[in-house]
Amino acid sequence: MSALNIKRGSTSHSAYDLRDPNAEVIESHTLAILVENEPGVLARVIGLFSGRGYNIESLTVAETDHARHLSRITIVTSGTPQVIDQIEAQLRRMVPVHDVHDLTAEGPSVQRELALFKVAGKGEARIEALRLAEIFRAHVVDSTLESFVFEMTGTPEKIDSFADLMRPLGLKEIARTGVAALSRGV
Amino acid sequence: MAKAMSGAMTGARMVVQALKDQGVDVVFGYPGGAVLPIYDEIFLQNDIRHILVRHEQGAIHMAEGYARSTGKVGVALVTSGPGATNAVTGLTDALLDSIPIVVLSGQVPTFMIGTDGFQEADTVGITRPCTKMNWLVKDTAKLADTIHQAFHVAKSGRPGPVLVDIPKDVQFATAEYTPVQRARTSHYQPRLKGDIDAITAMVEMLETAERPVFYTGGGVINSGSGASQLLREFVEATGFPITSTLMGLGAYPASGKNWLGMLGMHGLYEANLAMHGCDLMINVGARFDDRITGRIKDFSPHSRKVHIDIDASSINKVIRVDVPILGDVGHVLEDALRIWKARGRKVNKEGLAKWWKQIAEWRAVNCLDYKGSTKVIKPQYALQRLEALTKGMDRYITTEVGQHQMWAAQFLGFEAPNRWMTSGGLGTMGYGLPASIGVQIAHPEALVINVAGEASWLMNMQEMGTAMQFRAPVKQFILNNERLGMVRQWQELLHGERYSQSWSESLPDFVKLAEAFGCKGIKVSDPADLDDAILEMIRYDGPVIFDCLVEKHENCFPMIPSGKPHNEMLLGEADTQGVIKAAGAVLV
Ligand SMILES: Cc1ncc(C[n+]2csc(CCOP(=O)(O)OP(=O)(O)O)c2C)c(N)n1
Ligand SMILES: [Mg+2]
Repeated sequence: MSALNIKRGSTSHSAYDLRDPNAEVIESHTLAILVENEPGVLARVIGLFSGRGYNIESLTVAETDHARHLSRITIVTSGTPQVIDQIEAQLRRMVPVHDVHDLTAEGPSVQRELALFKVAGKGEARIEALRLAEIFRAHVVDSTLESFVFEMTGTPEKIDSFADLMRPLGLKEIARTGVAALSRGV
Repeated sequence: MAKAMSGAMTGARMVVQALKDQGVDVVFGYPGGAVLPIYDEIFLQNDIRHILVRHEQGAIHMAEGYARSTGKVGVALVTSGPGATNAVTGLTDALLDSIPIVVLSGQVPTFMIGTDGFQEADTVGITRPCTKMNWLVKDTAKLADTIHQAFHVAKSGRPGPVLVDIPKDVQFATAEYTPVQRARTSHYQPRLKGDIDAITAMVEMLETAERPVFYTGGGVINSGSGASQLLREFVEATGFPITSTLMGLGAYPASGKNWLGMLGMHGLYEANLAMHGCDLMINVGARFDDRITGRIKDFSPHSRKVHIDIDASSINKVIRVDVPILGDVGHVLEDALRIWKARGRKVNKEGLAKWWKQIAEWRAVNCLDYKGSTKVIKPQYALQRLEALTKGMDRYITTEVGQHQMWAAQFLGFEAPNRWMTSGGLGTMGYGLPASIGVQIAHPEALVINVAGEASWLMNMQEMGTAMQFRAPVKQFILNNERLGMVRQWQELLHGERYSQSWSESLPDFVKLAEAFGCKGIKVSDPADLDDAILEMIRYDGPVIFDCLVEKHENCFPMIPSGKPHNEMLLGEADTQGVIKAAGAVLV
């Protein structure tokens, strides 16, 4: 109804159903934030999250529009719907923030993360690791006689499950980029 | 090329030029190594007046007082390191109360940043959470533009403090000046017009409401005098009752017939019960602060709520509302009035008549009543006399923080906006004295009074030197209870009367202190002498320190203890026995 897209409360007792953190579900949301690519802007955005006690599950940032000097920050955060709304509003009012999209709320989106896995092992375990990597479409980007480094791109869930499978097979280290996300369609 | 460079100047000169172009006539500041080039430029000109403070915190509060009382942007200038860190409390104060100020700080030269140089501090890092926006300018060519941006950001949307950190080499270097007209247009353009559908929804609600109330706040003041004017028109035309937060006092006149008085923790009985019992709450530029709501779960349980605010993050932050209206108060009220008139100026007359009858019963409780005395000056009495003897004068009031602040809000009446300067959101002791100087500098002929507690007042009393030097005839009206009164009150009610550290020991002799500064000191302790003393204070042509010895153990009522709903208000001493439970005691 309004520019805020805040739905009108359905009851006349609107103050009753507030902020009972136990009653409300915690949701995970992916936010895309377009900011001026200036020093201190990332610190300001992160400071908002730490200062107001919001979660950051993952964060990526890079310049995406060189001509307009804009960077895109992708943050995966979690909270009750009210907290998510509040985060979006807090981000929106920051001076260097040009635009905010809640990709989770706005419709289907594509989410991808890149991860590197170092797996050490010999014999059966090594063969099994390679076999699973193929199934998951992970590439070998480095190999020695005792180790592989796999590269994989996928949703965070897919990366989690690959990591779970590699753990008993000699997983030594993981490096993850955090989520990059775009809405589907135009 | 030579022609293009016609506007070339040093960074230091740019600072002064940009301030002039922004219409600045006064800067509150304190020099130091990292701002000497700017001070050179200040020395070389006469358009901008520099007020030399005694502590940088004073400079920021003065800029706040100046801004709040004029509606313009206040400006302060401080040096690097300690100069900048001393500004932090004032910046936070301005952020929480949405006061537009621009602070310029010096910084070590760019090539020394990061070396722990002398008087180096990470000023933009330290002030990032307490500014609306801040900038470290590393290139002289960008300096003027950044200062113009700073002014734009400080006053646009929800106003607030901004800081521009300027390394010394940037002040010395030369570049082309960017005039205001050629400054980058900022993408930061908060929207002013409210959504018409939402405004219409509000109008529909107010046409039928049986028990409506306007709940107004500092946003009305920030929106400008036009907004106050529209609010008055709306209130008169609808006949609705109106209450306000501490920050919004004066937007609707205290003498207006629909005025319920301030609401909140120390608000009036009728105001808080109207909030609790209403069926339609129209929040105009307030933010459901915890001093206002009390226990969230029981806040105004039977009402539908409308919230007009320019800051989307204030909406649904604490209290979920039925109709959010994002926009500037003035613009939204204008549209609302127009739509309401066009639809035939309807209100629920019958419901309203009943509602006013109910309110009259609450008013009859006479919640500000206190026990008078002929032996000792009651603080409430002192304020009633101050009100009576200064009524109708061109008067501005600032306050410190504590009981005296709440009594001032209860007992002084404000007929116009921008006449009441107090630290609401941060509750900064030490705000009132420098703020009063800032106000006086902006309004040299006006009567400017700081209603103070003795403890708060001592926190920035060095600024009496500033008042003397710049002939700012501010009146320091100290309600001296020799106690950290508000702390003492909480200890009495919440901590078993264990008065830990809440005495003001070893107080100075305020009259002698006044003499030491070269101004006038007045001391009064007998209620019979009070009127004459106040008149003497008003008539004295210069700063006055007025030491009003008051009852030491007076409590401020009404009071809604933290964690309690509006309808569980304490009205007087008799109500206070064991009322506050452990759950409330953890709240502040
Ligand atoms: C800088 C700062 N420190 C501490 C406090 C906590 N505090 C709130 S009111 C108060 C006592 C104020 O005493 P006084 O100025 O004498 O005012 P009174 O309550 O006695 O009227 C204190 C210590 C504060 N608000 N600000
Ligand atoms: Mg006191």
